[in-house]
Amino acid sequence: MTGFLAGRPGGIRVDLLVIASLISDGARVLDVGCGDGALLEHLTRTKSVDGRGIELSQAGVNAGVARGLSVIQGDADTDLKDYPDGAFDYAVLSQTLQATRNPKRVLEQLVRIARNAIVTIPNFGHWRVRLSLALGGRMPMTDLLAEPWYATPNIHLCTIRDLTALCRESAIGIEQVRFLDSQGQTMSLRSLRFANLLSEQALFVLRRT
Amino acid sequence: MRVRNRATIGENVAISESAASPAPGGTSDSFGARLTFGPDRPLRLDSGAGLVGYTMAYQTYGRLNADRSNAILICHALTGDQYVTDANPYTGRRGWWDLVVGPGKVIDTDRYFVICVNVLGGCMGSTGPGEVNPATGRPWALTFPVITIADMVRAQAMVLDHLGIQQLFCVIGGSMGGMQVLQWASAYPERVFSAVPIATSVRHSAQNIAFHEVGRQAIMGDRDWRDGNYLDHDVRPRAGLAVARMAAHITYLSEAALRRKFGRKLQNRERITYGFDADFQVESYLRHQGSIFVERFDANSYLYITRAMDYFDLAAEHDEVLSRAFRRTPVRYCVISFTSDWLFPTRDSREIVHALNAEAANVSFVEIESDKGHDAFLLKEPEFHKTLGGFLGGAAERRGLKKP
Repeated sequence: MTGFLAGRPGGIRVDLLVIASLISDGARVLDVGCGDGALLEHLTRTKSVDGRGIELSQAGVNAGVARGLSVIQGDADTDLKDYPDGAFDYAVLSQTLQATRNPKRVLEQLVRIARNAIVTIPNFGHWRVRLSLALGGRMPMTDLLAEPWYATPNIHLCTIRDLTALCRESAIGIEQVRFLDSQGQTMSLRSLRFANLLSEQALFVLRRT
Repeated sequence: MRVRNRATIGENVAISESAASPAPGGTSDSFGARLTFGPDRPLRLDSGAGLVGYTMAYQTYGRLNADRSNAILICHALTGDQYVTDANPYTGRRGWWDLVVGPGKVIDTDRYFVICVNVLGGCMGSTGPGEVNPATGRPWALTFPVITIADMVRAQAMVLDHLGIQQLFCVIGGSMGGMQVLQWASAYPERVFSAVPIATSVRHSAQNIAFHEVGRQAIMGDRDWRDGNYLDHDVRPRAGLAVARMAAHITYLSEAALRRKFGRKLQNRERITYGFDADFQVESYLRHQGSIFVERFDANSYLYITRAMDYFDLAAEHDEVLSRAFRRTPVRYCVISFTSDWLFPTRDSREIVHALNAEAANVSFVEIESDKGHDAFLLKEPEFHKTLGGFLGGAAERRGLKKP
């Protein structure tokens, strides 16, 4: 073993770095749908956070625990309710909201258990997605939405404007929105309508109001 | 008196002798290290009784570091003992967790100081119903007070006090050992840095109590049990204890494991005999398990220890709100279960995890794919060993323990 926090070759995804940049040192972090624990590992190494993960796939959980991370097997739809109010400084839901059964409920739980919820989504309003359906007549497949319609776990896709509207309806405050390209690089776009057309993913920082 | 021990305790750490006055007597014989606590240090039991003048037998492996921060307490299961890696003096067989514990292994004795204490009520050197009651000069038998998991843990804490270990780096155990782990974390959160309850539960289920009752009735129904006083008559309820073990052994396996190992294969014969010999391999196997068990285990100990498991209910002690057992717990947990374990199924482990989440505790939870049933935690399970090693490594870095 080369140390449980040994760096991974190639580093971590750019969008995860954007998330990490928003998190303060030593914070209590819950990463919901943490996959193999790349973000948690990065945060533990660089920011000494007290990090926990929830992951649906048992293989992902076992890999994370074997790397010395605190990860449990669980489901964003059913297991967030266990946590007490304000248990974490940050709850992270990265590219996972669209795969939950009840996204509204999940968002409400996230802002209940954490002071800040950092949520990233693939933007279904991106022009390529719109064109693919409008002109091609086929269900869109992109870098971020790589599976065909019959195999995708993404059952609740939305656009940036959709998520903005849902937050407004649910009394969830939007502290910050960042628009990202497919590589996770921040795009400077001034209008929401433009961003909804041009950015392939978006990062929201949400709070209970 | 200084405890003589097979394993070495770090030379700059003298065992505290001021912990007890008079100091507990330490001896070393075929049972390894033993500590006797005098009349001034009675053990108060959950039943209300007190145990005066009792002995705890234990083994240690590896070295305690200078700041005494690398101690791991391993809690053994119902029929386990303190011989984790070295040969059991009764059977000569290798230690029950030799696969996992030792130099360079998952629980690396080059890095950690490992302690395992024979449980109170046991029959491998710690005070139990098979030992002589100093007050009467006769075996305790059924005059021994009924003990609980919490009593076992209290007695272990006395041993740790004696060894001068204020905080354990980790407490680990499977099955009944896991119950002790949960009790440790609940009762002494400040004394436990991390905890690994494996294949266990916060309470014994009705089905598990039922199986234990079958075992106890088999023992008590044996003519040679003599109302528990078999030692006075120089006999032992061998048949009853063997049946108890056979019934229990089935619960430690899984249907799939039995099918894979034995199926309906016949034992050294071409066809069934139309009789009640052990025609099937599985029968022969169980009879063998029963017969070797009675050579190393005391029947009354089996009654007492199964009862302790039956009585365990951590939620009931906290007004049926399990999370209260872990209120603001600072302990790092790793909860582990096995897919084919039907004695302590994964849902029991999930219940622990839910309660810990309700306290926003630092918890990992892995379910290991295995067809070996409850006993999987004792067997070669690479995925289990990998995750356990990863958890310990992560916790050790946070505890500041150096690598060997």
